[in-house]
Amino acid sequence: MTANPPSDPNAGHTIRSWLLTTDHKRIAVLYLVSVTFFFLIGGAAAGLVRADLLTPEGDLLTNEGYNRAFTLHGVIMVWFFLIPSIPNVFGNFLIPLMIGARDLAFPRLNLLSWYVYVLGGLFTLIVLLVGGVDTGWTFYTPLSSMFSNGHVVLVAAAVFIVGFSSILTGLNFIVTIHKLRAPGMGWGRMPLFVWSHYATSIILVLATPVLSITLVLIAAERLFGLGIFDPASGGDPLLFQHLFWFYSHPAVYIMVLPALGVISELVAAAARKPVFGYSFVAGSSIAIAIIGFFVWGHHMFVSGQSMYASAVFSFLSLAVAVPSGIKVYNWTATLYKGNILLDPPFLFAMSFIGLFVVGGLTGIALAMLSIDVHVHDTYFVVAHFHYIMVGGTISAYFGALHFWWPKMFGRMYPLTWGRITAATIFFGFNLTFFPQFILGFLGMPRRYHVYAPEFQTLHVLSSAGSTLLGFAYLLPFVYLGYSLVAGKRASANPWGARGLEWTVPSPPPKHNFVEIPTVTGRPYDYPIDKEDSR
Amino acid sequence: MSDFIALWPQSASAYSGRLDLLMWVFTALVVALSAPVFILIAYYAWKYRAGRKADRSDRVNRNTLMEISWALIPFILIVALFVWSTRMFFTVHQPPPDAMEINVVAKQWMWKFEHAGGQREIDELHVPVGEPVRLSMASQDVIHSLYIPALRLKQDVVPGRYTSLWFEADKPGIYALACAEFCGADHSEMTGRFIVMEKPAFAAWLEQAGTDASLAAEGEKLFRDNGCSGCHGPAATVKAPDLEGLYGRPVPLADGRTVTADDQYIRDSILLPQSEIAAGYPEIMPTYKNVLSEDEVMKLVAYIKSLATPEDTP
Repeated sequence: MTANPPSDPNAGHTIRSWLLTTDHKRIAVLYLVSVTFFFLIGGAAAGLVRADLLTPEGDLLTNEGYNRAFTLHGVIMVWFFLIPSIPNVFGNFLIPLMIGARDLAFPRLNLLSWYVYVLGGLFTLIVLLVGGVDTGWTFYTPLSSMFSNGHVVLVAAAVFIVGFSSILTGLNFIVTIHKLRAPGMGWGRMPLFVWSHYATSIILVLATPVLSITLVLIAAERLFGLGIFDPASGGDPLLFQHLFWFYSHPAVYIMVLPALGVISELVAAAARKPVFGYSFVAGSSIAIAIIGFFVWGHHMFVSGQSMYASAVFSFLSLAVAVPSGIKVYNWTATLYKGNILLDPPFLFAMSFIGLFVVGGLTGIALAMLSIDVHVHDTYFVVAHFHYIMVGGTISAYFGALHFWWPKMFGRMYPLTWGRITAATIFFGFNLTFFPQFILGFLGMPRRYHVYAPEFQTLHVLSSAGSTLLGFAYLLPFVYLGYSLVAGKRASANPWGARGLEWTVPSPPPKHNFVEIPTVTGRPYDYPIDKEDSR
Repeated sequence: MSDFIALWPQSASAYSGRLDLLMWVFTALVVALSAPVFILIAYYAWKYRAGRKADRSDRVNRNTLMEISWALIPFILIVALFVWSTRMFFTVHQPPPDAMEINVVAKQWMWKFEHAGGQREIDELHVPVGEPVRLSMASQDVIHSLYIPALRLKQDVVPGRYTSLWFEADKPGIYALACAEFCGADHSEMTGRFIVMEKPAFAAWLEQAGTDASLAAEGEKLFRDNGCSGCHGPAATVKAPDLEGLYGRPVPLADGRTVTADDQYIRDSILLPQSEIAAGYPEIMPTYKNVLSEDEVMKLVAYIKSLATPEDTP
């Protein structure tokens, strides 16, 4: 274990050195702190929602209060945690390291992107302090534009601003991946994590502007009475849904593709084997990104859109299942004849695969027109997207955190605690969200806090699960925090993993590589043991 | 016990039974497709865990044929279910022509149902068994969604346009009815009861809930009171389209298009008269947007419908 080299990101301790840094690794840490902050606020709002749902009367919060709590939970979790989480923390930290570059292509733009995020976050906090907003994170018109008395314009401004952070990061990643790969690192030699971030960046750059424009239109209708979405002044409320989902469905893939990239890395490192079918897995990321742009209408099967349009959207939505399925089956095949380390990152990856499969298959149910007519806007949908977003993305986020933590901070954490956390999250998650599938099929609409008494048992189970889940999410604060001060120093490659990021010291020096490496082989070149090993 | 925890929703129609069957088949298929993943991951994690002796020879990193097969076979199976579910979806979008019509007006936060005979009810919908019913729905303010879980059906109610939903209930009983699209503060209290009755009981209910006039007759009164008859009536001096026999006919428009005079067209002509001008008529019809409510417009539509000669009724 070498002592920290003088140029590592922990060398400068002043606040100024952090706030003016252009080092991608430090900016990643800035993001880590800020998204964690918003994760806690969004989580607290979820806690409030689950506590209120313990009783059918909904007596903890008022109707208005409940609506504000779930709206805030959605807005914060989607735009201030899930979308930036993996790309801005781990993408930022790892892409240059993985492709053998000294930094992102535009280091100052990278810092600007963080400041833009913080500015959007401040708007959100102001909304929170002045009383919140009650439209749901989907801002459906004309409710949001003409009928809501919450702070719609302010929250639209927050999301509008944070969108530019996404666009800047996406641009930076695309240029970096095109221009800064080390000699020898052809497209076929890029780690799958980088492939999935490339696909994500394309969506960030293409879809986010549509959301920005839509939010401006809402503000214009609210502030100046321009008839865009409100039928009373000649507008069309469904136009909003088309525009919103044209962004927000691809946004689901913004949240999930980076997670898929993380899992490919984790599975290969745990199995000490190359990912099975590298090109299929890489290609499936691009396929998901492209098809993902043509499925937005599946949010509108009961909106009154043409039934023929619905049939086309239904079919295209089923088509997304193909590339997603390829990934899952390929990860399973990767484990075959592996040499598997049952460390925390792998447990998170296993739990990801399980939950992602349930989320994906229930997504197929929702893509089926007549099933969707019954379960649309019920708890079935709530359960489905939480399986993808929370069971999927957040499991991958925690997996990434446990895998690259030694690389980021140069310290090891107690592995046993990591294993306990992974298991508790898996159990707590299923207890929270599985009952919601049943609730939805029974006909419990979403966004209800007063509900029929026969639904109470399932709600109580769900709230109990969420308590456990909340507790499990807090555990890493303790042992990861502890590792920062008292953890064992980490070697350059504590997991024995492949990839350029593991060839540099932990934490990496300021410019990553003293000499830019030359890549001569394919990724995941784990030694093949003919015989049984260890 | 059944009050303590329900695991399957009530069913009030044959369609619900068919949907449940689709759901079962689908569930069986996805379990079959996903079980290998769950079982193999757990099995491999145990069998090939580091430090355990196992045969790790002849490892492969790719097998294109295998990959194509596990992409395509599940997809083909799912496409079969897609065809099944889409056919069901199309049937719920094509009401039989003889369906009984009930008008629905949604507003923050109540449901108003109006039967053809003029009977109206709030947050309760009475229907007979064994008869197709078509709901014609409008919203007074924001988007709502009428959801009847026992029928496995829902349809958004969108301001500015009519949407519809049809069903044939076959099991008498009292079921839940709810708003499924988030519609503001009291969204979760915009619920009601869906009451399916035997035909004689339904006839008796209509009788006791009876009002002085049918919807069409009320529409005729509105037609006079709001001055519509001044221009559209037989004694009119202004050149306005004759509404006798209009419903269901094609109407040539000033901009060259031809539209069918359906509910939506008549509604828009009253509330947004400038949007579709009938060819050959001056643009003089004033808007009634702030004068008439959605359910008054529905009554006018019922009246104009009643003016259609029987053989022209679609």
